[in-house]
Amino acid sequence: MTGGRVWRVVRWLLLAVFAVFFLLPLVALLDFSTKVPRTGERTGEAWRGLLEDPAMTEAITTSLLLSLLTVVGMVVLLVPTMVWVRLRVPRASRLVEFLCLLPLTIPALVIVVGIKNVYAWVDYLMGDSALTLTFVYVVLVLPYAYRSIDAALSSIDSRTLSEAARSLGAGWLTVIVRVISPNIWTGVLSAAFISVALVLGEYTVSSLLNYDTLPVVIVALGKSDAPQSMAAALASILFAAALLVVLSFLDRRRRTPGGSR
Amino acid sequence: MSAAAPLAAAATAAPETVPGRGRRPGAGLSLGPALGLVPFLVFIGIFLVIPTITVVVGAFQAESGGFSLEKIRALGEGTPLRALRESVILSFTSAAVGAVLGALLAYLVVTAPPTSVMRRAVTAVCGVLAQFGGVTLAFAWMATLGFGGLLTSVLADLFGASETGASWLYELPGLILVYSYFQIPLMVIVFMPALEGLRPQWREAAVNLGATTRQYWLQVAFPLLRPAFLGSALLLFANAFAAYATAAALVNQGAPITPLLIRSALTSEIVLGQANFGYALALEMVVVVAIVMSLYAWLLRRTSRWLS
Repeated sequence: MTGGRVWRVVRWLLLAVFAVFFLLPLVALLDFSTKVPRTGERTGEAWRGLLEDPAMTEAITTSLLLSLLTVVGMVVLLVPTMVWVRLRVPRASRLVEFLCLLPLTIPALVIVVGIKNVYAWVDYLMGDSALTLTFVYVVLVLPYAYRSIDAALSSIDSRTLSEAARSLGAGWLTVIVRVISPNIWTGVLSAAFISVALVLGEYTVSSLLNYDTLPVVIVALGKSDAPQSMAAALASILFAAALLVVLSFLDRRRRTPGGSR
Repeated sequence: MSAAAPLAAAATAAPETVPGRGRRPGAGLSLGPALGLVPFLVFIGIFLVIPTITVVVGAFQAESGGFSLEKIRALGEGTPLRALRESVILSFTSAAVGAVLGALLAYLVVTAPPTSVMRRAVTAVCGVLAQFGGVTLAFAWMATLGFGGLLTSVLADLFGASETGASWLYELPGLILVYSYFQIPLMVIVFMPALEGLRPQWREAAVNLGATTRQYWLQVAFPLLRPAFLGSALLLFANAFAAYATAAALVNQGAPITPLLIRSALTSEIVLGQANFGYALALEMVVVVAIVMSLYAWLLRRTSRWLS
């Protein structure tokens, strides 16, 4: 059929156009970050600078610490609450879902506008550190974390598991930490990966509250040392890509029945 | 009926008193278990609800305190109105471009065999580009079309275009281009499940009844996909409207769109009362996004009737 062949050619052409559109800017980042302005020679200067510039290394450390703290905060806040809702207060499930998905409707920018007073207290109580951003970040990652943990919880029979554990004499803490959590760890892990990716790229809150996270430093650097800021931008997107690829592998394992587990 | 009601009540109450359920008698009614939600509710209350209330209250407050519509009225003035218009144009255009091209890409991906490398690669790339922060994307396009950018020098060599790069990149057309760069992948992610839900049996049924490919698409597939498509497009609109980082990293000065106007309201202390005007702008943003997201939720419910 000639129609089929034409379609196959058109199909590959279209895919090629999409590929160019999506890959060209990333190639341009690589090109820009390895080029000496004016002379056009190739150099790894900008990439070396990433690890030598103290402002940059500090920002990388801050962002990595923030993502770690956000993951911890998210897990500590969300996992017990969601398990508890399922086991003991199912009537509250709609409320918790609504609250968790609310940050999709209330943009981060709006939260920043309204959070001055709250942060005055946070700074007063905990000191003025970039790590206090953790609180807002936990809110920002809620919708994504909720969805993946909810999917994992739905795939197990948490009620029967907890009843079995309870009838063997386990307390609620044991049920949550030692019985339910191990069964939903892939969901928790994927929530963690998405949170890390989100926090590493977060700019709105940190820039407007004047904390030097990685994206804020990248933007500031863009004005003085463009190649190095391009290198940092490319490095951060590659890191996030690596994280999300790992996540997609975890996801596949969960879906295949009778996989490695 | 009157006799059945207590019976039903007894039936629902019964499991709560069965000891094997791991519940104390009447536990479902007491406040005890609900206390487990307190940490979560307090946290959400402090870091999500209080800021939102601050914004809403602040938008209706005069400089000196007390209720006032002055800031809401100020939203109707030239600059905020122009910013809102540009924001809507930007969100609408990038959502339309993203929805159409994203649906096309999703179709190309869905019709490939499920195990193909192409399919996996496209989904992975889309996941990264749709979810990762906007600063990187802004920089990627600056490296492409900005001063000394890759495409800039190629265009300069080939067509004698300006060597200093495209100035439109830092204005509305540039924002539309850069926003499309994350809107198309987002569309692929949210629209693909609907395309996957299109059962081959429906096509077979249509063909058996004598339909041509064209008729199948026009009379079966498109009507079925329409709610999902519109819903996804609305999500894209809300996404673009709420986005800040990309525009902030790309546009240094001036405030062509609402989020950037909020930035200048927050950071400028020159104009008196500007800081509090941020509340009104933020409220405007919440209202727009909330309307769009409710429509999205409504369309999503309609979609799930067929394609799930």
